[in-house]
Amino acid sequence: MSNSNNHKLLIQPDRSSYPQPDENGKMQLDLDSGKYVKVWHGPNHPGVTGNMSLELTLCGDEVVEAKTHVGYLHRGFEKIFERRTWMQCFPTVVRMCVPEPDSNEYNLAAAMEELSDIEVPEYAQWMRTLILEMARITNLLRLLPANGGTMGLGLGVQWGVYLRDLILDRFEELTGARIYHMYIIPGGVRGKMPEGFKERLINNLNAIDDFLVRFKRLVIDNAVYKKRAIGTGYIDPSWVDKFGIVGPNARAAGYNRDVRKDNPYLVYDQLDFEPYIDKEAASDIYSRTWVRFMDLKYGVEMIRQILDKMPKDGEILGKIPNALNWKIPTGQTYVRSESSRGEYGFFAVADGSEYPRRINLRGPSYTHAIALLEKLLVNANISDVSAIMVSLATCPPEIER
Amino acid sequence: MEDKKIFTDPDLTKRTVIGPNGEDITVDPIQDYFCDALPKKHEPKRAKIFESFFNWARAESIWVLGFGTGCGSIELYPLLTPRFDAYRFGVQMRPTPRQANLMIISGYLSVKTLKRAIRSYEQMQNPKFVMALGSCTINGGMYFDSYNTINRLDKYMPVDVYVAGCMPRPEAILAGFEALKKRIKAGKAEGANLYAENFETYKKNQKKIIRDWNMPDYNW
Amino acid sequence: MEKIIQHLQGTFDVKVVKKQRDDLYFVTVGKEQAIPAVTYLRDAEGFTHLVMITVADWMEKGVFELNYIVHNYELHADISICTNINREEATMHSAHHLWEQAWTYQRELKEMYGIDFPGSPRVDESFNLEGWDNIPPMRREFDTLKYANETYFPRPGRETHDPAAYMKQKLYPDE
Repeated sequence: MSNSNNHKLLIQPDRSSYPQPDENGKMQLDLDSGKYVKVWHGPNHPGVTGNMSLELTLCGDEVVEAKTHVGYLHRGFEKIFERRTWMQCFPTVVRMCVPEPDSNEYNLAAAMEELSDIEVPEYAQWMRTLILEMARITNLLRLLPANGGTMGLGLGVQWGVYLRDLILDRFEELTGARIYHMYIIPGGVRGKMPEGFKERLINNLNAIDDFLVRFKRLVIDNAVYKKRAIGTGYIDPSWVDKFGIVGPNARAAGYNRDVRKDNPYLVYDQLDFEPYIDKEAASDIYSRTWVRFMDLKYGVEMIRQILDKMPKDGEILGKIPNALNWKIPTGQTYVRSESSRGEYGFFAVADGSEYPRRINLRGPSYTHAIALLEKLLVNANISDVSAIMVSLATCPPEIER
Repeated sequence: MEDKKIFTDPDLTKRTVIGPNGEDITVDPIQDYFCDALPKKHEPKRAKIFESFFNWARAESIWVLGFGTGCGSIELYPLLTPRFDAYRFGVQMRPTPRQANLMIISGYLSVKTLKRAIRSYEQMQNPKFVMALGSCTINGGMYFDSYNTINRLDKYMPVDVYVAGCMPRPEAILAGFEALKKRIKAGKAEGANLYAENFETYKKNQKKIIRDWNMPDYNW
Repeated sequence: MEKIIQHLQGTFDVKVVKKQRDDLYFVTVGKEQAIPAVTYLRDAEGFTHLVMITVADWMEKGVFELNYIVHNYELHADISICTNINREEATMHSAHHLWEQAWTYQRELKEMYGIDFPGSPRVDESFNLEGWDNIPPMRREFDTLKYANETYFPRPGRETHDPAAYMKQKLYPDE
């Protein structure tokens, strides 16, 4: 388990010759003095998550100023929704966040159901919970080993992505697609479990259990990883409310922030689980890796629990109006769910026509990757930049939409 | 402006160095140096057997630039892991355009990324190829009416192979590599030459949508 | 929740209160009172988490409806403070002093809708777009299809059908 006081024990470099911030906290940098180097970290960079870039100003090997630049993946989703009917939005909306598209589907479906008062059958709710949890572990299988990957431990990534592929196979069996499932349609889900699906899924989960044991030995217990990760990228727990930090990053800072527990949706109130919280609030890269590790472990157990508890058979689709001219009554709402990165919400406004007035996404990376990352990177070492970025689990497509 | 600059670091002052042929060259360390010569058409070797041999060698060592430009890059992860293992086919990722000869445009391109993609493409050494994934690069796909994504990639850079789908599976991308290899071996993958020949047209199209063009026309 | 809404009504000039769910209220106040109301909710009622700042464009009424959604982690409830601002001279008071991430939202709104937030850090820098010289793209008068057809090169052959009529013709041609 990580030690909360380690970040205080590290020897701080001598910063007397470094630039000092003025009273507003801004660095006073004279770029012509030759003391500083400007480095663009991304978009064409292997150590950056997705397609975004960081403009770093370095003094020696230490970052003195960081600016994030986003918009490389901007597709104008919120504009093209104005030209799509509500049902046409549904295949479009999944593209908003690529690694974990099911949260998008669920949020749109939940918003539409809430605005037009549609009941979702119980079996469909269980299937939705199952697919959301499966999406969570696929994303975590990619994110968790990447924490080691940024520090040169690429083997974990190879294991994790292979196991992720196995779960993607189950997705394919269930929904017909590997990445964009489009399974949770407004009103219910698209299909039932195929024959033998449950057994194959449990086999894959057992493989993930093995992986977790090996991964702990490979990365988490690794002396080099510990040395580099403990104390790096420290988020002060008092920043959590100030910066709007949610999900695993807040749980690593000792806060109990989990939408599944706080505002239970679907059937999460019938499931028995307790999200992992770092009680010591170490809140560094190591602690966030631990939280992700435990999230994956609990996610696997949760899927087993869902498979046990869910009804054998039932209705998959509630009573919905004609999808081709589905008019949603005037209203606005905000729905949220817990993605593997934290609170994921949709703000939807309907104006009584077939077309949505406004659908706006609140992704966890929106706060993590811009305001928080710019703050965290100051005084970090250049070699830790991508490790800090990956440990925050930023996902650019949901920032830019 | 010039006299305001005070260089504290002696390494950053202008100085004269002796070139390889004994000539004097003035070097300004804080000026960007790049070659602004226009791209040249690659002439094939006169003897066909040499050109075939080179093409075979090119086809068997496809080095991909690791630039995930769009959502298709999520399927490049499985491609490099044991399940699909593209290393079998001589495909590997390179971190810098100078070492790569294949650029994968993985899906839609926003205008902001197109600028970077063009720059990366021009920095790549000849012979170079472009593979475009997904329907978004063919006709805009899902984002045909978006104000920020391009509709047809072949108007801005030459494309050798398209892999259709949204998004293409790793098997499809492997098939795309096979198709590209066949084209290279047959000497038909002439994208870079096309770019050099129709340089004016491509630049005109690119400048039409990239409004703050703050880079040299060609740089490598 | 009811109590907090009553407090809000007592303290501020609340125009409309709309209950969407037990844990979600939309409270409309005047433009000058939006930031004080959000500050009051944050400091006195424990709504410490800023979920998002977002805008719905009501072109027919000539207003932007700004929403400040705040969340209370003890009550697990949200209140959205809505305010209408004029579409033509869209300016709003900045909230960057309340939350550190608020300037990101304001920077995006400036670019996408042209709503100015004087005093907000880096509000004039471009966020998603680069070299954009048209009207802000998320305003409803901006026609994205027309712009895309004029700017990019649409591949010929793409057809558009009215989904209802087309599916009826394909699936049930006799009816």
